[in-house]
Amino acid sequence: MSEFEKIMSSIFSYGTLQQMLRSATPVALAAIGGSMTEHAGIMNIGMDGMILMGAFFGVLGSFLFHTALAGVGMAIVMGVLVGLFFALLVVRYKSDEFIIGCALNTFAIGLTSYLSRSYFGTSGTKGNPALPMLRLAFLDKIPVLRIFNNQSLFVYLTWIIVIAAWIFVYKTPYGFWLRASGEKPDTLRTAGISPKRMKWIASILCGVLCALAGAHLSLGQLSGTFAENMSNSRGFIAFACVIFAAANPAKAYIAALMFGFFEAIGLRLQGYVSSDLTNTIPYIITIVMMVWVVVRKQAKKRAAKQET
Amino acid sequence: MKQTDPVVRFEHISMQFPGVLANDDISLDIMPGEVFALIGENGAGKSTLMNILYGIHAPTSGQVWIKGRRVEEFDPRNVIEQGVGMVHQHFMLVPSFTVAQNIVMSKEPRKHRIFFDNAAAETAVRKLEEDYGLTVPESVPVEDISVGMQQRVEILKALYRGAEILILDEPTAVLTPQETEELFTVIRGIVREKGMTVIIITHKLDEVMAISDRVGVMRKGKLVGIHETVDVNQQILASLMVGRPVLFDELERTGEAGELALTVEKLRVRDHRGLEAVRDLSLEVRAGEILGIAAIEGNGQSELIEAITGLMPVQSGRVTVLGKDVTGQDPGEIREAGLAHVPEDRLATGLSGAATVAENLLVGKQREKRFNRWGFHQDQTAVRAYAEEVYGRYDIRGAGVEALAGDMSGGNMQKVVIAREFSFDSPVLIISQPTRGVDVGAIEFIHSRIMEKRNQGAAILLSSADLDEVFRLSDRILTIYEGQATGCFRAGEITKEEIGLYMTGSKRLGGKEA
Repeated sequence: MSEFEKIMSSIFSYGTLQQMLRSATPVALAAIGGSMTEHAGIMNIGMDGMILMGAFFGVLGSFLFHTALAGVGMAIVMGVLVGLFFALLVVRYKSDEFIIGCALNTFAIGLTSYLSRSYFGTSGTKGNPALPMLRLAFLDKIPVLRIFNNQSLFVYLTWIIVIAAWIFVYKTPYGFWLRASGEKPDTLRTAGISPKRMKWIASILCGVLCALAGAHLSLGQLSGTFAENMSNSRGFIAFACVIFAAANPAKAYIAALMFGFFEAIGLRLQGYVSSDLTNTIPYIITIVMMVWVVVRKQAKKRAAKQET
Repeated sequence: MKQTDPVVRFEHISMQFPGVLANDDISLDIMPGEVFALIGENGAGKSTLMNILYGIHAPTSGQVWIKGRRVEEFDPRNVIEQGVGMVHQHFMLVPSFTVAQNIVMSKEPRKHRIFFDNAAAETAVRKLEEDYGLTVPESVPVEDISVGMQQRVEILKALYRGAEILILDEPTAVLTPQETEELFTVIRGIVREKGMTVIIITHKLDEVMAISDRVGVMRKGKLVGIHETVDVNQQILASLMVGRPVLFDELERTGEAGELALTVEKLRVRDHRGLEAVRDLSLEVRAGEILGIAAIEGNGQSELIEAITGLMPVQSGRVTVLGKDVTGQDPGEIREAGLAHVPEDRLATGLSGAATVAENLLVGKQREKRFNRWGFHQDQTAVRAYAEEVYGRYDIRGAGVEALAGDMSGGNMQKVVIAREFSFDSPVLIISQPTRGVDVGAIEFIHSRIMEKRNQGAAILLSSADLDEVFRLSDRILTIYEGQATGCFRAGEITKEEIGLYMTGSKRLGGKEA
């Protein structure tokens, strides 16, 4: 087998698809959260910080209570608090959401690094209780479905969340209010519903979903490991997925899968090319995605202009 | 409730905003089944009073009674339940939602208690349409329907919420004459057949006369008069609104038309889509005359003006200002040649809303020696003194020259634009939509200023969607249809009815020269 064939066969393998699902999950969870704030008219670039907080407090809970589920619980509680904090500044005090998002990211890095050192004595920790994995021997024998084996429970939980979020946004009155609160808040106000309340709810949902993304990252994908700044800009990639999907949770999940696929390919190529280079693949894809979104939007605008 | 009990009662309502007493001790009864028109100049407090009724603001003092019950809590939800509906001037519709989704918002029909039932929503809307004889496309997104149709959606929304008292805030500001007529038919229908009460806020007096039973006039926060519409006429109402007699007399014309000042020869212009908008159009304006353009919107008059002023490229033809060929020059060079321009959209191109009034008045003069020290330092004292002087001379009313232009009312913004452009003393003036959305007092003022410029010898090209305005100001009238001149008439030579035939292209004069 030639070198090239070896690379190709390692890329087009079940392992790649399995890795794709694994890598896509935290981004997808955060992107669903980001869809909520996006619909509420909040430009949330603080998702990376929210993920990092979730990742740290997940591990901390797992470390303190010796079970990964307690870690998830702790991450969720922190997610609610971070969402409340974000909404307090952005919705209540009308601060600039861009600045607050940036500040949240920086704050999360500082806080988690500090707490990591004070609890674990080092900038990271590993070997804490991890989330259960789905291991079914018979699944391994079935082609294609094989990729669903040996995954953290969060991978499946995410599917449920995607469907629930999609129904919430597009099929319930609350979803209509959420979208109206971002698109035309005065409409909601004159209908006797507070648009601010919808923005608060969106912020909290986003905080929780990002925390779950972080918890999956540290407790599921990396089996109980925390490292400084481990979110590694996934929050920004999630934000790109939100924009790409026009805040539709289902489309955002597909965008996240795309990201996961390229990250998986990057990992496969590490044996042949410098990992510094392969690590850039998901980000390059993100840029290409964004350019595509902008180009398409402009084409639409041009078409609309021609109609009038 | 007895027939004579008011459906809405305002008792000594006062509303204090920071620095402004928007409503000053207003007491007013609205009777069931009437169309009540509330008129007043911009900033007179009409919208504030209606926002209080709709529960958006709580009054500083005073009480509101709806159907005999005192309003305890000023909150739209509470007031909606009492049967008050409001159609805001800027529509409260979510563009990406369908017509039905917008109408049922906040009272959505549900499936299994938590799911939105789109089919039921559309059925409910269809039933409303039948009840009130108003048709709308239920399943089309609001962003894809016309403004007139959006207004119907707003009215249906209020009706869906069970409104018995409907407030319409400047409902005709965005409508075409045909749409206005349709709206009035709808209003008459719901009042006569359904016994609804309608309160209409406006400053268009002909509409007050056409639709209302009674009319209340507001001025500077006070209610200065309530009249049966049959007892008054437009002249009386205009005077009440402004607080002094508004004459709308014949404006005084002096002097004779002089030298040729602006000529346009065989001009061809393409619009933004690349379609030919101005086709082989020629015109001439002499010093000391006003040439008015009468055309239905979208027939090339905007492109014509943008091409003359250098804002749009010319395909072929020639534009001369005071004998100088300015075809294809940039706006700065054309201004230099002696042309000033009051653009049709004051917000988009007329001024900068984020800059102060003083800065807006200064634009174009900032390099003049008197405002400059050492060639680069702006002399604030001189700028301020100049701005204050213009501010007073053009009767601009607002929070002073240091206030943001964007915070002013439409009429005062327009005065700022007019003041700036007229202050260049250019021999050629291009004026587009000088009084669109401006109240009566300001219209009178602006008209007299335009006429004064004419009498001083300026050559003026006027374009306005308001045919009355064109007739009142012009010495000659040019009709344009689909980018071509269809006729040119001396004032008094033609009636409004007849000119309509030229504006719609059903009649043309042989020679196209104007």
